[in-house]
Amino acid sequence: MSDIKKIKDDYLNKLNNDLNIESLNQIKTELFGKNGKISHSFKKLGSLPTDERKKFASDLNSIKNELQVKIDSKLQEIETKEINSKLENEKVDVTLPEREFSRGKIHPVSQVIDEISSIFSEIGFSVEEGPDIENEHYNFTALNTPDNHPARDMHDTFYIDNNKELLLRTHTSPVQVRTMLNGKPPFKIIAPGRTYRSDSDQTHSPMFHQVEGLHIDKDINMGHLKGCLNYFIKSFFEVDKIKMRFRPSHFPFTEPSAEVDIGYEIKDGKIVIGEGDKWLEILGCGMVHPNVLKNVKVNPDKYQGYAFGIGIDRLGMLKYGINDLRAFFETDYRWLNHFGFDPLDVPSNYRGLSR
Amino acid sequence: MKFTISWLKEHLDTQKKVNELIEKLTDIGLEVESFENLNSSLDSFKVAKIINAEQHPNADRLRICDVDVGLDDTVKVVCGAPNAKKDLLTIYAGPGSIIPKNNMKLSVSKIRGVTSYGMLCSESELNLSNESEGITELTTSKYSDKIGKNFFKSNTEKVVDLSITPNRPDCLGVRGIARDLAAAGIGKLKKISLKNIKKNGSQKIKVSITKDKNQGCTVFGSCLIEGVINKESPQWLKEKIISLGQKPISAVVDITNYVMLDLNRPLHAYDADKIDKEIIVRNSKKGETFEALDNKEYKLGDDMCVISDKSGVLGLGGIIGGTRSGTEINTKNILLESAYFIPRSIRKTSKLLNIDTDAKFRFERGIDPQSIELGLSKAAELISEICGGKISNFDIQQIDKHEKNKIKFNVSLFEKITGFKVNDNEIIKILTDLGFEVSKEKFKLNLTIPTWRPDITQPIDIVEEIVRIKGYENIKTLQPEKTITKDTLNAQQKLFHFLQRSVASKGYFETVTWSFTDSKINKLFKENLKEIKIVNPISSDLDVLRNSIFTNLTFYLKKNLDRGFKDISLFEIGPIFKGSKPGEQSTVIGAIKSGKVSRLNWNEKERIVDVFDVKKDVIQTLVEAGYDRQSFFVRDKSPAYYHPGKSGSVYLDKDEIDPVAYFGEIHPNILKKLDIKTEGLVGFEIYIDYLREHKTKLKDLKTNFEYSDYQKSERDFAFVVDKNFKAQDLIEIISSIDKNLIRSIKIFDIYEGENIPQDKKSIALNVTIQSSEKTLEETDLEKINKLIISTVETKSGAKIRS
Repeated sequence: MSDIKKIKDDYLNKLNNDLNIESLNQIKTELFGKNGKISHSFKKLGSLPTDERKKFASDLNSIKNELQVKIDSKLQEIETKEINSKLENEKVDVTLPEREFSRGKIHPVSQVIDEISSIFSEIGFSVEEGPDIENEHYNFTALNTPDNHPARDMHDTFYIDNNKELLLRTHTSPVQVRTMLNGKPPFKIIAPGRTYRSDSDQTHSPMFHQVEGLHIDKDINMGHLKGCLNYFIKSFFEVDKIKMRFRPSHFPFTEPSAEVDIGYEIKDGKIVIGEGDKWLEILGCGMVHPNVLKNVKVNPDKYQGYAFGIGIDRLGMLKYGINDLRAFFETDYRWLNHFGFDPLDVPSNYRGLSR
Repeated sequence: MKFTISWLKEHLDTQKKVNELIEKLTDIGLEVESFENLNSSLDSFKVAKIINAEQHPNADRLRICDVDVGLDDTVKVVCGAPNAKKDLLTIYAGPGSIIPKNNMKLSVSKIRGVTSYGMLCSESELNLSNESEGITELTTSKYSDKIGKNFFKSNTEKVVDLSITPNRPDCLGVRGIARDLAAAGIGKLKKISLKNIKKNGSQKIKVSITKDKNQGCTVFGSCLIEGVINKESPQWLKEKIISLGQKPISAVVDITNYVMLDLNRPLHAYDADKIDKEIIVRNSKKGETFEALDNKEYKLGDDMCVISDKSGVLGLGGIIGGTRSGTEINTKNILLESAYFIPRSIRKTSKLLNIDTDAKFRFERGIDPQSIELGLSKAAELISEICGGKISNFDIQQIDKHEKNKIKFNVSLFEKITGFKVNDNEIIKILTDLGFEVSKEKFKLNLTIPTWRPDITQPIDIVEEIVRIKGYENIKTLQPEKTITKDTLNAQQKLFHFLQRSVASKGYFETVTWSFTDSKINKLFKENLKEIKIVNPISSDLDVLRNSIFTNLTFYLKKNLDRGFKDISLFEIGPIFKGSKPGEQSTVIGAIKSGKVSRLNWNEKERIVDVFDVKKDVIQTLVEAGYDRQSFFVRDKSPAYYHPGKSGSVYLDKDEIDPVAYFGEIHPNILKKLDIKTEGLVGFEIYIDYLREHKTKLKDLKTNFEYSDYQKSERDFAFVVDKNFKAQDLIEIISSIDKNLIRSIKIFDIYEGENIPQDKKSIALNVTIQSSEKTLEETDLEKINKLIISTVETKSGAKIRS
């Protein structure tokens, strides 16, 4: 008995030392190999008297198990240690820069157009488009602006031919005309796009963007116009309340006509939309003139409704704090990077406008 | 349109506060642009007293003065004047002031190390005299109790500036504005008081209006005032003219201007002695000339409305007078003209001759044809009052009676359009106040339109009058309904938005550039498209509509390279123009990429951008948009602005006629011509209009989910082919051998050089074979293997590389 006890104590001691895998295997062989000490002890079993045999066998088994468990756990310990030390050697400097990625940008005008489309989509408007080159009829005459009308002077028009028949559209309103001529009422559309006037300074650029709105049905009145624009401006500027003023004005293609101002104030050098005691003009609108409806073969005694035109670039400038209109079109890489939007930031009804 | 409140009150009896009045103007559609003192810049000059003056430590001639400017603390001013002494009363100009003599704006500044807040002024600096030695010395008796007060008395009144819309000529006169305000409840319109002027004898100069076709003048009223002494205008008249920022000239001219501003009734005064016998209002003949009051000689065309005498043209009716018959300070006898000219005629002539005058502006919008006599009376009265003279009877020639227009107005239209109700009596009152004659007939109003309102022709105009006077704030705000009956975007628009964001997501910055461009750059990219010129371009380098997106992209690329950027990826999605008619345009994406990939990167090797970068971007974009990569066909044809050997075109299908995209290196000649310096420049274009709509929607496609769990096998091959043999053809040959078994083909190496004949290349590829019915046996694989080799060899002349 004392023999095997001694083996056990000796080896448990040995196993408590720091071992590597080779020395552990060595111990294993010494104990459980063909001529190992434990194997050897089992061989002794046959030579013992019957009454001792049982106890010895039981003791030996328990010692064998104890050592076995110890060896297994030691083995695990060594393996863990070795893996850890291997991984330790593979360590890299994770503060080095990641692999290069390129990130593109969406131009603010495109983002704002998508924001506008998303807002109007929710109240049932669909998007229509028209050509950039227009003829004089669609751009002016059909819109109740005959040749001798002084309002034509307010539009410094780019012409494509010497007869002044073909021109670059001065507003998106010709899309109204095309839409109504090609369809039947009711109409409920917005038409964003490029527009052109030969004017260039800090606040004017020879090309800019407008969005036209048109809603024609049997009983659409100025109250609907006010509600629609109020909803739009609030949604666009992402505010709960907006100070808005409708002010009489004149456009040949609407009657009555209005210009819309929104309240603002300057706080810490930044413009804050919605409150304040200053007014900022942001759009023109009105009830579509009966002459326009007649020109597009819609009966003004049966149908009526409103139209509006908003400067897209200007809306973007106000919302995103951009000062210079001309910078929109100058392709300065730094500007595009700063004011551009992530392409995955798609404005939509359910997840909101831009981030 | 400018006017002062006191002038307005000559027509409007009101007790309302000025602020209320100003706000009301905007509320009724007469937008106030500004309300300010035109000479407010003089308000910053204050009477001041020098409390203490001591020597400047760093300059012998300068003194540091503590100046009392009427504030709690004194201000420090460094002054070089020898007379700047303690207790002197003088004139102080604070920072921000503009010195009248040289228009310099003052700011806080350091003078030899001492900060000076403003300046003490000499008389010459204030244009008071030529005295420039030292600062102004004010007398104690007169100014000692005025310290801190404005030195210049503000004797000019604040001026209202309105932006009048083109439909409201009546409001180009002060009276029209007063009338609108009165209708809006801001007071009562006063009656015009005309003194009973004495008129003697007939107007001796014969006037006739010819019956020419499209005669531009319908009424010509005149009177002769003989024996006047023209002179400087009296102070009240001068002040009126000056208050609006205009220059007084002489009494006669100032009076005609005054009547025009007051009543919107333009007049013209001729020196009667310079008229040759009679006045003939007629159409001009081509080639006639005259010298106008702007000292320019105009050559007339046919059929312009002119006022002439026996010797020729005196002036262009309603636009501009001529020098030959103009009044001067020594003019004795005046012929005063008050006429009506047809807006269309005025507009046509002034456009052709490119003349813009105040009279033209007014006649073009429509002058009240019934104000002829009123204008003559008012002006004649003032002229005889100021310059004396004998007034003749008025001579009125007219070929059109200008009867008042009438319309019937159905009262219910108002509520139908505006959404709110105003009772009939209030409607009648508003319209009456605006000058309409109103009679009620059941639910209708019979309206006679005042002659000064040419803009009102139909019932909707009446709705506008009522609603603007009543106030737009009465319109209810009706919340929009959130019902959608139609898709917001059509298929083409959805594709546009998708492609835009797809390209951007590959690292390109979206830009928006003009639709026009420089014809010199455009020529490099226009191919066989027609050049579309702009007749009146904003500048000579933006003279044509772009035939390609690349024109502006390359131009701005260069600008960014000049800014020091090297690796630039830009794109634009927008129109290119193919013809000058509406609709002759296409929507195109153009994208360019310059410089290197992975520049200065610690773990990736940097390389110059190449054709396969842009090919990847094009193909990936098309695949993301839902087009099938398997059917794409690439040809090595592309427009001439691409590198002929490193560019291609993409077709959605082998049988398509039009490519949907081009890609490649930009031709080196283009870079040379545009002086673009970069290591590499590649680009692509996608023609959105050629991208056909998907026939099946994704929801239908998704249902056909088929897959195979049988074992896949891979086999590698290397074929030696002619150098110009296309990889695409090789893939096509292999994949068409057995579409069911051959799942994918990957080219993993291209080799030219040792062991390969000079005119050959080796293409190594990996083929994945999998059946959807069974696990393939070795014999099956061997069979397909052999088939691949034999088919490729027969069809392409290639040899398997052993």
